[in-house]
Amino acid sequence: MADHLLEVDDITLRFGGVTAIDSVGFHVNDGELFSIIGPNGAGKTSIFNTLSQVYRPQEGDIRWKGQSIMGQRPDKVAELGIARTFQNIELFANMTVVDNLLTGRHVRMKNSWLAGAFWFGPAKKEEMENRLKVEDIIDFLEIEQYRKSPVALLPYGIQKRVELGRALAMDPVLLLLDEPVAGMNQEETEDMARFILDIRRELGIAMIMVEHDMGLVMDIADRIMVLDFGQKIAEGLPEDIQKNPDVIAAYLGGELTG
Amino acid sequence: MQGRPKLFTSYAADAAIFPTRTQKVLVGLGVLILFLMPFDIPFISGPVPRAFPDDWAIIGGRYTILGQIPILNEGIPLIRFLGDGNWLRPMTEVFIIATAALGLNILAGVGGQVSLGHAFFMGVGASTAAVLGGQSSEKLWGLGLPVWIWLPGAGIAAALVGILVSPTAVKLRGLYLGIVTLGLVFIGIHLSRVFPQISGDTEAGRRYPEFDIRLWKEETPLINVSSDDTVTGILGLNTFEVTDRQKTYFFCLIVLIFMAFLAKNLIRSRTGRALQAIRDRDIAAEVMGVNEVKYKMIAFAISSFYAGVAGALFASFVGKIAGNQFNLFLSVEFIAILLIGGAGTVSGTLLGTFFVIILPELVEKGTEWLAEQESGITGAIADFVLTEGPGDFGPVSTANVAPGWALNVFDWNIVIYGVLIVVFLIFEPLGLFGIWIKIRNYWKGWPFTY
Repeated sequence: MADHLLEVDDITLRFGGVTAIDSVGFHVNDGELFSIIGPNGAGKTSIFNTLSQVYRPQEGDIRWKGQSIMGQRPDKVAELGIARTFQNIELFANMTVVDNLLTGRHVRMKNSWLAGAFWFGPAKKEEMENRLKVEDIIDFLEIEQYRKSPVALLPYGIQKRVELGRALAMDPVLLLLDEPVAGMNQEETEDMARFILDIRRELGIAMIMVEHDMGLVMDIADRIMVLDFGQKIAEGLPEDIQKNPDVIAAYLGGELTG
Repeated sequence: MQGRPKLFTSYAADAAIFPTRTQKVLVGLGVLILFLMPFDIPFISGPVPRAFPDDWAIIGGRYTILGQIPILNEGIPLIRFLGDGNWLRPMTEVFIIATAALGLNILAGVGGQVSLGHAFFMGVGASTAAVLGGQSSEKLWGLGLPVWIWLPGAGIAAALVGILVSPTAVKLRGLYLGIVTLGLVFIGIHLSRVFPQISGDTEAGRRYPEFDIRLWKEETPLINVSSDDTVTGILGLNTFEVTDRQKTYFFCLIVLIFMAFLAKNLIRSRTGRALQAIRDRDIAAEVMGVNEVKYKMIAFAISSFYAGVAGALFASFVGKIAGNQFNLFLSVEFIAILLIGGAGTVSGTLLGTFFVIILPELVEKGTEWLAEQESGITGAIADFVLTEGPGDFGPVSTANVAPGWALNVFDWNIVIYGVLIVVFLIFEPLGLFGIWIKIRNYWKGWPFTY
C-alpha cells in the first residue's frame, strides 16, 4: 500500500481518560486536497499534531511514502516535507516577514553556526539564494509591502497569509492547513481560497485542510473526512458528504444511524 | 531624491550589517573616535591652559580648543580624548564587559533563555586563562602558554562547560532556568575555594597572565602590551610614548570589534533566526524544522564562549582577582545591561554596557569635581547637593562612610542603578536601542508625525 503519499492506520490518541482520536484511519494521495471537517473538539487539530509528531499517538501507525514516521522528532518530520499552519497564528512575532519566511527555509539550508558567524563565503551565498526563493513566495502571496514589518504589527488576514508563506518556504510535499480562513471576511476568504487553489495547480502540493467554512470546503476539496468526538463518521466526495445522514446529524443534532 | 526611502538593488545590500549610509558613517566615526581616544590630539585635549597665552599658536599642540571655554577650563569630567588619563581604564572595562554581554545577548536576548550564570562562565574563562597562561609556582598551577592559546582556550573551556550545563537548561524555561543557572554562580565560587591551585589565594586571588603576544614561551614578546614603550611614528620623524594602559585598551577594543562582528553575523544568519524562532514560539519552531535541543545547546555554548573570553580578558586586565569576584552581582549587571541597552540587538548591548559601566564613574567624578567648587554658580550647586560636614543637608555625602540621610557616591550609584532598571522595564522595554529607534523614526517622518 505504498502508493499513497500519506497513510494513517487506525491511530488512537488519549490524554489520561480522554480519547481525543479514536482509531481513525485515512490516506492522502499526491497532489490531492483532502479536507477534515467536524464540530468543535472532534479531534481535527489533534490529528495535525500527531502528523507533525508534536503528540505521539498510543496506537496505530503513520506512514510517509511507505515509511513509518512514528516516534520521529517534529523537526525530522518537517525535513521530510510535511509543513503546516496553525489554527491560532503561531508566527515568530518579533521577527520581520522576510525573517519568518527565511526561518521556513531553515530545513532546506545547511550553513552552520560557525559559517554563519563569519558570513562571507558559502554562508552568504546560501543566504542570498534562499532569499531569492523567499521573494518568490512573497510575490506569490502578494505581501510585498509588508516585507520588512515585524509580523506582530500586521493585520490578522495578512498574518494568516504570512503563515501560509512560511509553510510554503519549506518546499513541502504535504501542507497541513489548520483553519486557513477562520475569522476572515468574505474578501480575505476568497483571496485565501485563490492561493490554496494556486498552490495545488502551480506547485502541485498535496494538502490536508481543516476548516469550518463549509462553502469553501465543498467548493475546493477533492475528498472530505468527517470527524465527531474523535471518531471518523464519514469519508468521501463533497457531494456524498453533503447527503450523508450521519454528517447532518453531527452538525444539526439527531441520532446517528451507524 | 532627498528624503526618499533608500532603495536596495540587491539582497546582499539589503542584508548588510549596516544597510544605510548613515549607519556606515556613524559606526565608522564611532570606531575612529574610539581608536583616537587614547591619544593626545592637538587642539582637542592636552594640558588645559589657565589663561589664553600669546604664543599659543607656536606651542599649538599643547593647548586645547575645549580648554578655551570657561567651564571646561575648570576641568569638567567629560569623556574627551583621553591621553593616558583616568578614563582609559573604565573604557577598557566597557569593552571587556561588552564582550561578555554580547554572549548573554545571544543566549537571552536572541534565544530567550535568561541565564543568571554568566558570571560563572566568566570565572571558568578566567581560571582557564590562569592555568594555561599563568606562571606556575609551588602553590599554583600554570603552563605559561602564550596569549593566542590561553585567550581562545578560555572561551573554548567555558563553551564546553556551557554544553555540559545545557541539557538541564533545555528542559527548563523562564524563571526556572534563571534559578538553576543562579546555582552555577555559587558552585563556581565554591570551586574557587576548593582549588586554590587554580584561582589562587581566596582573598587576593592570583596574578593572571598578561596580554604580551609571544609566538611561544620566549623571553621577549613579539608585541609588548604590558609595559610602556616608545614607538617611532610615521616616516620616523617623531617618536611618542605608548603606555601599557593604551595598549591594553587597543587589545580589548580589537577583541570586542571582532566578537561584535561575529555576533552580528550570527544573528542575521540561519542560526540566529532559529534562536529567535525558539524565543518567540518554541513549538512552532520545532514544527518548522528547528532542532530545539541542538540550538539551545549551541546558544549556551556560544554565550559561554563569549563569557569565557571576556573572563580571561577581565582577569588579565585587573591583574589580580579573587574567585569570588565572579558573583551574582556581576550576573545581575549583565541582565541590567541587556534591559537598559535593549535585548536582542548588538548595538543595544554595546550602548547598555557603556551606560552601565560609565554612569557610576561619571557620578563619582562629577561629585569629586563638585566638591572642589567653592564659589559662583557651581559653588552654590555644590553647597546645595553635597554634604561635606555636619550641618550640611545635601543628599550626596563626600565621606566614605555616610550614616544618616546623605548617601555617599557608591550608595547613590546602587540607587540610580536600581531605579534605571525599573524605569526602563516600565517605560521603554526596548531600552536605549528603542529610544534611538523612536528618535530615528521621528526624524524620518519629519515634519509629519507618522
